Amino acid sequence: MFRRLTEADGALVSLTINGVTCDGRAGDSVAALLLENGYAACRTSAVSGKPRGSYCMMGVCFECLVEIDGVANRQACMVQIAEGMDVKTGTGRRRVTP
Amino acid sequence: MSTHFDFVVIGGGLVGAALARGIARENLRVCVLDEGDVAYRASRGNFALVWQQSKGINMPAYANWTRRSVELWPAYAEQLQNETNIDVALQQEGGFHLALSDAELERLVSIAERVNGQTGVNPYPYSVLNGDEIRRRLPGAGPDVVGGTYSPLDGHLNCLRLYRAMHRALIAAGVDYRPGNRVVRIDYTDSFSLSIEGGGQIKARHIALAAGLDNARLAPMVGLSAPVRPQRGNIIVTEKVAPFLKIPVQTVRQTDEGSVMIGDSQEESGLSEDINNGIMGVMARRAVRMFPAIADLNIVRMWACLRVLSPDGFPIYDHSVTHPGAFVATCHSGVTLAAVHAAVLAPHMAHGRLPPEAKSFSARRLHVSKTD
Repeated sequence: MFRRLTEADGALVSLTINGVTCDGRAGDSVAALLLENGYAACRTSAVSGKPRGSYCMMGVCFECLVEIDGVANRQACMVQIAEGMDVKTGTGRRRVTP
Repeated sequence: MSTHFDFVVIGGGLVGAALARGIARENLRVCVLDEGDVAYRASRGNFALVWQQSKGINMPAYANWTRRSVELWPAYAEQLQNETNIDVALQQEGGFHLALSDAELERLVSIAERVNGQTGVNPYPYSVLNGDEIRRRLPGAGPDVVGGTYSPLDGHLNCLRLYRAMHRALIAAGVDYRPGNRVVRIDYTDSFSLSIEGGGQIKARHIALAAGLDNARLAPMVGLSAPVRPQRGNIIVTEKVAPFLKIPVQTVRQTDEGSVMIGDSQEESGLSEDINNGIMGVMARRAVRMFPAIADLNIVRMWACLRVLSPDGFPIYDHSVTHPGAFVATCHSGVTLAAVHAAVLAPHMAHGRLPPEAKSFSARRLHVSKTD
């Protein structure tokens, strides 16, 4: 559904999304890479359980929450990809373990 | 557009909306003149507690007025649900004040004893608990909690939905709600004539000033006094998480949708709504000592908002002697008192008087010269 407007000349960056290796370009946000790889939805709503995905792409809407390197509910649009990063989608409502 | 009303309420926050809906119920034609979104609006920044504990030291009437509202809340929430189809998620299953030191616990106990020991107070039920008892009742409470007080009367609700429900109820009742209508002048001959900033006049037989901080400016126009001042409160909101804290603590609560709210700072800071990072840090650290597991949560929002405080912290309700038909209503606890405002205060105002229970809240109490 999404494709790059131009072939960016940034260095190739390799990371995993749900354990699958993907390549992006230096400077990509995690959200952009998710969209390029077909993740229209990347989590479920903590209230309704319905699927949610990147929307504003600028840090405002909090729809693009994913787990990055073990930290849940980070805003994918506000984090740049990095070599070896571990991204997990589909996290639902986070649990607080007393 | 109509310019003549039976009753005009100035202010469309929690106080004004509760009064306007209640007044309209008495078959009067009601208009609400509100400011815009940039108004100092305590109703947009509150912590959403429906709370009895600790309220009313030195003013038994306030403890009893709060009790009345707490007891009216279930019916009020049901009424809002019926009129608007919005569930405000009212939960009144008790609430805690927690202490992180023995001195804090002593203070909590002393407050409860002072409120309930006063002549004329209908005492609220409460219990004093030690740290282990708290940890049994509140799974997730940390080892630093040395104790606390609990009252089964306390509770909370969803404040965003409450505000929306109250406004939808206004519209449904045929109240003419007019945002962006700041009142600059009030004249009185046989009725009230309200001049709107930018032009226009509205006439009314009765008016109620429910304009929060702006009541200080408006009240003297009709022979009333409302010397309120802003007091800044900061609030921290985390990401939504699975339910872990069913019963609210006075400074930490989990909303029905899963966010954790941390609040209740008090600063004298004039009209500044800037957030105070130092205070936010103290609030967050205390919350984490109460519930260590929230330390890892992401914070998604922080804000500061201005409470509306009278010199003694209690509400002001008054009926003008020089301008009969002009009322003022202002308070800090707009959520807790919304039910009694709608069900008791409003119908009396609609009939041109204050309820007997509200008489203690005249601003005249603030003008008595001190002897000490």
